Amino acid sequence: MAYFLQQLINGVTLGSIYGLIAIGYTMVYGIIGMINFAHGEIYMIGAFLAVLCFSMLGMAGVTWVPLALVLVLLVAMVFTSAYGWAVERVAYRPLRGSQRLAALISAIGMSLVLQNYVLLTQGAGLKTLQPIVSGGFVVYDAPDFVVTLSYIQIIILVLTVVLMAAFASVIARTALGRAQRACEQDRGMALLLGIDVDRTISLTFVMGAGLAAVAGVMVALYYGVIDFFMGFIAGLKAFTAAVLGGIGSLPGAMLGGMLLGMVEAFWSGYFSVEYKDVAAFGILVLVLIFRPTGLLGQPEIEKV
Amino acid sequence: MVDNAASGADLSRVWKVLREAGLTALIAGFLAVPLIGLRTIGGRDGMAVESRWDMLMIAVAVVFTGRLVLIALRRVLPRLGAGVGKIGSFGTLFARHRSGLAGLALALALALPLMPFSDRYLVDIATLVLIYVMLGWGLNIVVGLAGLLDLGYVAFYAVGAYSFALLGTVYEWSFWACLPVAGACAAAFGILLGYPVLRLRGDYLAIVTLGFGEIIRVVLTNWVEFSGGPNGIASIPRPTLLGLEFSRRAPEEQSFHHFFDIDYSGDHRITFLYYVILLLALLTNLFVLRIRKLPLGRAWEALREDEIACRALGINPVNTKLSAFALGAMFGGFAGSFFASRSGFISPESFTFIESALILSIVVLGGMGSQIGVVLAAAAIILVPEFLREFSEYRMLAFGAAMVLIMIWRPRGLLAHRAPTVSLGQSGARP
Repeated sequence: MAYFLQQLINGVTLGSIYGLIAIGYTMVYGIIGMINFAHGEIYMIGAFLAVLCFSMLGMAGVTWVPLALVLVLLVAMVFTSAYGWAVERVAYRPLRGSQRLAALISAIGMSLVLQNYVLLTQGAGLKTLQPIVSGGFVVYDAPDFVVTLSYIQIIILVLTVVLMAAFASVIARTALGRAQRACEQDRGMALLLGIDVDRTISLTFVMGAGLAAVAGVMVALYYGVIDFFMGFIAGLKAFTAAVLGGIGSLPGAMLGGMLLGMVEAFWSGYFSVEYKDVAAFGILVLVLIFRPTGLLGQPEIEKV
Repeated sequence: MVDNAASGADLSRVWKVLREAGLTALIAGFLAVPLIGLRTIGGRDGMAVESRWDMLMIAVAVVFTGRLVLIALRRVLPRLGAGVGKIGSFGTLFARHRSGLAGLALALALALPLMPFSDRYLVDIATLVLIYVMLGWGLNIVVGLAGLLDLGYVAFYAVGAYSFALLGTVYEWSFWACLPVAGACAAAFGILLGYPVLRLRGDYLAIVTLGFGEIIRVVLTNWVEFSGGPNGIASIPRPTLLGLEFSRRAPEEQSFHHFFDIDYSGDHRITFLYYVILLLALLTNLFVLRIRKLPLGRAWEALREDEIACRALGINPVNTKLSAFALGAMFGGFAGSFFASRSGFISPESFTFIESALILSIVVLGGMGSQIGVVLAAAAIILVPEFLREFSEYRMLAFGAAMVLIMIWRPRGLLAHRAPTVSLGQSGARP
């Protein structure tokens, strides 16, 4: 029981991170219908910025953790969002309106570029970060196993909940959110009604990249080890999460992320760590067989 | 007066161009501050940061000039194109002389190892290109003809390679006996994967195939008793010519140079491998060209264009897609067993997602469904990194950038060809 509880906590933490990245995929897919393959790389850049900023703050002597955390999050989000914007501007906007696969190949190319750019500029080795937020609560003290909830896990969960709430209200209430939903439904019509479609799409990329940056910072804090290749598998998992929840749906992305994080945590906890990726993709196939549009996806009605 | 006005307009145009390039450079500079300008280095106690502002300056200058060159190219290229014959008419040019060009390419391919200038290296590279041509033609069945997006094609390549490697090393089967088995294995995997997922919409299918590719790689890496794990499988037998081996010493003198009584040379094997893959690739091509004219191939193309109309006409979409998936996988399997046999050693490292991406970009770059386009694209995709070998560390960066630039330059592929093989009336009359 205690062990189960611990895996549940780990799973939810991992799931929050997947969910944060998955939102970027699902929003971009909803609006322009393309798989943004470079999104995992954006998240990787967020993690590198976190290590960079924490190291600089450490050198500058800023040791009060909450201040450092806020500063790092801000810097990482600003720069990562700028990367998200630039990727869209350079690699996707010129291909708007051409066949879907062209944008996909361009995205794969962009992903290679970003990966190798970080490899060249920051080096191939692992980057380690000293534990910044350490310690935690003991949730349940069983005789054979102690369940702990660390502070960093609490930060990840709280931050995810807050960001999700903020995000949901932006989509539901603001003019930008309305424009995004309009573009998602019918881009041509939105354009006719005076919505700046290009700007809306750009902002969608910026928002997705901002969330990916938060996920990157959190991962750097949580695991303390990052490398330039971490974006690929995380991006793959996050996209799987988005599809699992029903692509284009925001709550779906979060739900898919949670489900995937939990499957991975339990599978590693009870079966084998090596095959956790197999379990993750296995659950995807299983869900899609019974619900071809994902858990919360709307079935697309084709009219002739 | 007229001169003055003209020079004034020129000046403002120059200013505009400079401003555009400057803005780009400014943004690039901003983006590059944390990643180029600063660098984390492993210090004694944790990470330290060093600054490299000189590198940042160089990067900004490169972006500035790059932007200027792009603007200049955009102005010059159309003018150039109008003179020489529009670049866009490549496709029609090829279409008009298709049979002649195909014959020329075939003759070139056949004669390549016999040319005076060809050496071991050239033939080896040509073999590699042909492997990718074959993979591209195989994937073209799935993506180009049937319109199914498959991001995990490398899985079938891996299945083919491992089937041959295991049968060849454990049971000592020969290459030619294994080839059909490897193809059948890959096709079986294609059906296994395709059956549950082929009713999914395009992008759901893409992520499932991508996941499948990763599953195969993870299993091959971790199931050590079966596949040797990360160490892979070594000393895989080479293909033989009617039982004649291409080694210096063979049992019972059954080697190529003994039989023909010539001196042993390592080049014989390289040349032989080249012809084997040429043969396999040509068989693939012939198969695709013929099946496009059969009801099955027509059903694929019809399904790509309009699935609902196909259902209405009584075509079973699942079986049709499944056959495309299985046949595409089969050719991937053939290519895989050739790859295993050529390199003599395989490991899961060779079957990563980047291979799938490479093969897919060959198909898309070639223009989705165009056979000769795949050849051109495969040559470009394989040869560009070879030429870039001198810039070893910038190689993949340049490769990724080239993928983006080529897609922006020609979004429909080098030779756009998507018209159905058969159509009623004029092919141009389609909406």
